Amino acid sequence: MKDVFKKPDSFFDEFSRSAGVDKEATHYCPGCGHGNLHKLVAEAIDDLGIVDRTVFVSPVGCSVFGYYYFHVGNVQAAHGRAPAVATGVRRALPQSIVISYQGDGDLAAIGANEILQAANRGELMTVIFVNNAIYGMTGGQMAPTTLLGQKTTTTPYGRKIANEGYPLRVSELLSTLTAPVYIERCTLEDSKTIMKTRKAIRKALEYQISGKGFSLVEVLSPCPTGWEIEPLASREWLTKNMVSVFPPGVYKERTDAEPRTMEPLKVLNAQEVLGALNMSAGPDQRVASIPPDFPTHELVLAGFGGQGVLLLGQLLTKSSMTEGKFVSWLPSYGPEMRGGTANCHVVVSRRRIGSPFVPRPTLLIAMNQPSLEKFADSVRPGGMVVYDSSFVKTASIPSHVTPVPIPFSEIANQLGNAKTANMVAAGAIIALTGITEEESFTALIKKLRKKELIETNLKALAAGRESALALGIQVAGVGIH
Amino acid sequence: MTQTTATKTPPTLPWVDVTSRLCKGCDFCVEACPPRVLGFSTDINERGYRFSFYLGDGCTGCGICFYNCPEPGAITVWRKPADAKPRKVLQ
Repeated sequence: MKDVFKKPDSFFDEFSRSAGVDKEATHYCPGCGHGNLHKLVAEAIDDLGIVDRTVFVSPVGCSVFGYYYFHVGNVQAAHGRAPAVATGVRRALPQSIVISYQGDGDLAAIGANEILQAANRGELMTVIFVNNAIYGMTGGQMAPTTLLGQKTTTTPYGRKIANEGYPLRVSELLSTLTAPVYIERCTLEDSKTIMKTRKAIRKALEYQISGKGFSLVEVLSPCPTGWEIEPLASREWLTKNMVSVFPPGVYKERTDAEPRTMEPLKVLNAQEVLGALNMSAGPDQRVASIPPDFPTHELVLAGFGGQGVLLLGQLLTKSSMTEGKFVSWLPSYGPEMRGGTANCHVVVSRRRIGSPFVPRPTLLIAMNQPSLEKFADSVRPGGMVVYDSSFVKTASIPSHVTPVPIPFSEIANQLGNAKTANMVAAGAIIALTGITEEESFTALIKKLRKKELIETNLKALAAGRESALALGIQVAGVGIH
Repeated sequence: MTQTTATKTPPTLPWVDVTSRLCKGCDFCVEACPPRVLGFSTDINERGYRFSFYLGDGCTGCGICFYNCPEPGAITVWRKPADAKPRKVLQ
């Protein structure tokens, strides 16, 4: 027995990270089980001598501020993702002891898959699962663990089987898996059960320290605020209602489990990474070959799904990329494989690209009427609107941009393949803007898998170029200089 | 740095110290104390809660109030003078 029971050393003396004015007390409500649990976890960290190698992963929920309190390594994970983050930490730092501390809304709802997969992989981590049958932080909504008949703000007449199903029993569920070494459910209803919880937390951590595998302690914990009762009454409520639905006990313990052996991670240095990517350090030398007056082109290419506007954008960016230009391609399309609408944003620049999103294009390629109507007004003054005049019959184009009507589809039909309309457009775009060299583009086409299409596409490309040049439009200056 | 827990060895042992300004008045310790030597105040502390306090006599040093208290630094229980022997650390 200890000589002095005092605030464990694994807590900060002062909670200076807290954003509030109160740096001395926790942010938890009176009677909240989190405080008791924090104390038990911190005490275990002290006594097991693991303070220097413990990483505490806080979830989303009331315990989101774990890093205010625990004087250990801290990570705060996205909602439900604590086991995934813990997996990463534990694998990157094999000497660490990782504690994933999660509530029932976090672990059993949005993060149900993460915990299942982490447990099934037998990750070396200790999960403290705080079950209070309610979403506490967000204001007392129904959680997967909410009891039948329990009133919450989202089940004001009580949880019903017909509507919301049965409370989810996580310990039982996970104990069916082969990999976990230790799963116990405890409660925080009185002194005796608190001391049992204390023991369980130590045991769970010891299983991790000895490298045996995944351990989880589920703790039934009072939430007086969420349950809208006094602290003392909340403990009675827990005993009376929760314990029968979530029976405490050891659900899985594999004392004979062999310590897990983890393959050491291969850590690449920067040179090796660059080598693997076929890159070299320092500024890209190829940029030097791009003319200094090459403007930034911001394109929107739009049309029906199936017309090939996404592919067109992709080929333009790939072709520019082979010349050492900075490029981005951002597609946007419906769920349909054919039909529907599709568009993509393309940026080509000699400088790094801040955003791939193009709200004000310098050039719009509209392959049909709706696309033209949707995007024509967004084109920058001095920009250009290239559209397929075989489909667009009534074009209302702002006066500050240059309209370029070319019958892409008709030209493609004359060449014998309607599907090459996008290549006709490519030829026209390259001729009008110089966004990429025609040789680079041709080289890409020559790499196509279907060899019989190469010739057709090259013909379409040339036809597009000629049709654009035939218009005799003066185009110098398109793009952002 | 503010000291949130009592550090000085108290006059008689065993002894329980409640840092009243950290108490949130949940009453868990008062109810759990086996010899029932903790009282519950009628006035309120700076956080606006009634708080528990040691009646001054009869503490057995069992530490049960400490584990029942949800606030990390509010309760300190002394069984022997501090640092009577070094803390056992498992490797």
